[in-house]
Amino acid sequence: MRIPRWLAGALCALLGACAHVHETTLDNGLKVVVKPDRRSPVVVSQLWYKVGSSDEPAGLTGISHVLEHMMFKGSERLAPGEFSRIIAEHGGRENAFTSKDYTAYYQQLEKSRLPVSFELEAERMRKLRLPDEEFQKEVKVVMEERRLRTDDRPEGLLYEQFMATAYQVHPYRNPIIGWMDDLKTLRVEELKDWYRRWYAPNNATLVVVGDVEPRAVFALANKYFGAIPRAAVAPTPAPVEPPQQAMRRTRVAAPAEVPSMLLGFHVPQFRTGREWEPYALEVLAGVLDGGSSARFARELVRERQIANSADADYGSVARHPSMFLVSATPARGRGVEELERALLAQIERLRTEPVSDAELARVKAQVVAGNVFNLDSLYYQAMQIGMLETSGVGWRLLDEYVEGIRKVSARQVQEVAQRYLVETNLTVAVLDPQPMSRRAPRSAPGANSHAH
Amino acid sequence: MPINTCVARFAGLALLLFSAAAQAVPPIQQWTLANGARVYFVETHELPIVQLRVLFDAGAAREPAGKAGLARLTARMLREGAGPYDANQIAVALEDLGAELGNDASGELVEISLRSLAERKLRAPAVEVLRQMLLVPTFPEDGFQRERTRSLVALQKALQSPGEVAARAFYQGVYGAHPYARHSNGTEAGLKAIARGDLVEFYRRHYVGANAVLALVGDLSNDEARALAQRLLGDLPAGSAPPPLPPVPDRTRAERKTVKHPSSQTHILIGQPGMTRTDPDYFPLLVGNHILGGGGLVSRLSDEVREKRGLSYSVHSYFAPLRERGPFLMGLQTENRRRDEAEAVMRRTLSELIAQGPTASEVEAAKKNLAGGFPLRIDSNRKLADYAATIGFYNLSLGYLDEFIPRVEAVTAEQVRDALRRRLRADTMFTVVVGGDK
Repeated sequence: MRIPRWLAGALCALLGACAHVHETTLDNGLKVVVKPDRRSPVVVSQLWYKVGSSDEPAGLTGISHVLEHMMFKGSERLAPGEFSRIIAEHGGRENAFTSKDYTAYYQQLEKSRLPVSFELEAERMRKLRLPDEEFQKEVKVVMEERRLRTDDRPEGLLYEQFMATAYQVHPYRNPIIGWMDDLKTLRVEELKDWYRRWYAPNNATLVVVGDVEPRAVFALANKYFGAIPRAAVAPTPAPVEPPQQAMRRTRVAAPAEVPSMLLGFHVPQFRTGREWEPYALEVLAGVLDGGSSARFARELVRERQIANSADADYGSVARHPSMFLVSATPARGRGVEELERALLAQIERLRTEPVSDAELARVKAQVVAGNVFNLDSLYYQAMQIGMLETSGVGWRLLDEYVEGIRKVSARQVQEVAQRYLVETNLTVAVLDPQPMSRRAPRSAPGANSHAH
Repeated sequence: MPINTCVARFAGLALLLFSAAAQAVPPIQQWTLANGARVYFVETHELPIVQLRVLFDAGAAREPAGKAGLARLTARMLREGAGPYDANQIAVALEDLGAELGNDASGELVEISLRSLAERKLRAPAVEVLRQMLLVPTFPEDGFQRERTRSLVALQKALQSPGEVAARAFYQGVYGAHPYARHSNGTEAGLKAIARGDLVEFYRRHYVGANAVLALVGDLSNDEARALAQRLLGDLPAGSAPPPLPPVPDRTRAERKTVKHPSSQTHILIGQPGMTRTDPDYFPLLVGNHILGGGGLVSRLSDEVREKRGLSYSVHSYFAPLRERGPFLMGLQTENRRRDEAEAVMRRTLSELIAQGPTASEVEAAKKNLAGGFPLRIDSNRKLADYAATIGFYNLSLGYLDEFIPRVEAVTAEQVRDALRRRLRADTMFTVVVGGDK
């Protein structure tokens, strides 16, 4: 590894990056996390609620995301759309996003405008109106979003079917945006219940990154959110996904030009299983797909020319056990069957032989550099904190992360491959392209996060 | 609930005054190498990062006839071999250092970017690899065959997406024979007609000092930046910049193209040639478009199409300014059976704005958002590098960032009304409709 060890180790001190997160919890349970970054006179404020598609019961899939849309549709003192208009007049940018484990709202503003963001967010935390006439229009917008992201995207359909196959019981099997039939039958009363049940200070985390003083932000948060009463929030424990016993396989037939496939294995995330395992899985993903020098690009795309593209993705930060995913497209003239064999041979090699020192060092160098590059974006820094908090991991992982990656050995990479990347734990989904000229019957949608 | 009453009730908010104008904008230092390459440097020491972008006027607009796809393929081939290195060695050398490389072409330009830690021991070897890629790319035959095949797959994959089919048809319809009609993905016939020698020739003609801009942002002293720029680009031959592209002609009549696609939604794009990057109407049109469909969730199109009628998830309009007139377009997607209604609403919204002009309060609100949001445009090294590159490539004033807020604030409602009326012709626009059966 050419990055000197001292440099990586000293980055916290060098940048003042790690020690500078401040947190407090208001009396009503609202957690406030502040990370000063004084490079520019700006601030990003994100309010994260611990509710997402994995909290949704059958028949109500997509309700968290629809509620996210409705949060812009009026509250006690704000007309529909007025929230956005006020933020815009203050020079701000704003939006929201829903995922499996969380729903989050954000504003990016010149730093003196932070009170605007707090006042508006506090208003809609408990005083949303949810008028039926607005709901009737907005649920149509969400259906259009579903058509755009999933129904008309073969890769979207493939991901949706993959998740519904890999998970049989756990709600991660349902799309964040919801099944179309559930969207069609959703009623505004159900949204009202959902809102009352989850939107409370003690189920939220406020993350602020920018040119701010932590104590001033805490005081400001107390001023605007402090009076909102705590509410009884009782998450129903999600059903546990039973261990997979055999390989699962599914096909999606949809009008498409290019075949593709998804392979996935159930894996632990941070704070479950052994502490080092998520780090080892992160390194493993880097060995396969950490840039143009990694095995997929070098061996499958360039040397054997069997893949047009191949990517590995591991969701290490999640509330529930997640997936290690491989997505790939065959090279022109090559079939999905031989591509699948080649991908599984790559996995097999991880189980049988230790990764090289050079590969290990390269992945670690990329993590060290990437960790510094991440500091260039205020928004991304806030995202990291919010995701870690709402998944139950906690922002302190940021301080431990580089060291955790550095400690990973070739043996540990091999060990997680042997434990988790095995055939009985594998799900394969293949896109079977149908002619574009005639309409094939459609199943249903997927992506990882849906913006408002 | 009337909107103004509500705003007033949030009394605390209205009292805040904009302090954005007082923000110090980091200065851009500019110099020119002996071979004509122009360097734009922003010194920032808060993070130990160096971010650089090399731009050449060598996008799809510069492709010779019959070789559509050549510009992007040339850019992508740089990482396939350079000097003594093959593709694996280039990848390993950069990724061992934790550096990030980008190389791609768009319609108008090619951009090669590098992000590295600033530490000299990490930065210098990454710059050396990039230097080899820019100075002595080898365009190996096997890599060329593979990347061309991958380009053909990308082209084929784009056909799956109604949005991409619509975008491609839109550029062809608006620009016809003008080079801006070309998509950097190329065409099947073009890609198949390209030989390795075409890449070499295209590279030799366009990747030269007189045609190069370097944007450099990060943790470097002026001396270090000068040395880096000289090392990276100083040995490129001077060559010459290509001649200016022809001006984009005005459209004379409305046209419409319909494409059948097996999708549940119909994608609609409507537009025409818009404005240049140095257009005298740049700021009035920026404000005017913000009101029409540029302001995210707050715009007339968003109100009419999404908020009032639930017709579309994403509806927007924009000007994409280029050296010559880049496109103006507005677009949406809606389920097939509602497409006529959606198109009518979009057209009516545009026509009303052109005919009546915006209200004074709309202009004020748009200016507040654009001026008040200015600090967000330059709050990272990455964004600063984007601006430095834009200022360099389009020869904008070095004071462009300092002038941004005053120029937005100087725009009047009358100027917006006048600019929209002169520059947008609803009766001669090009429309493309891509979708399935109703």
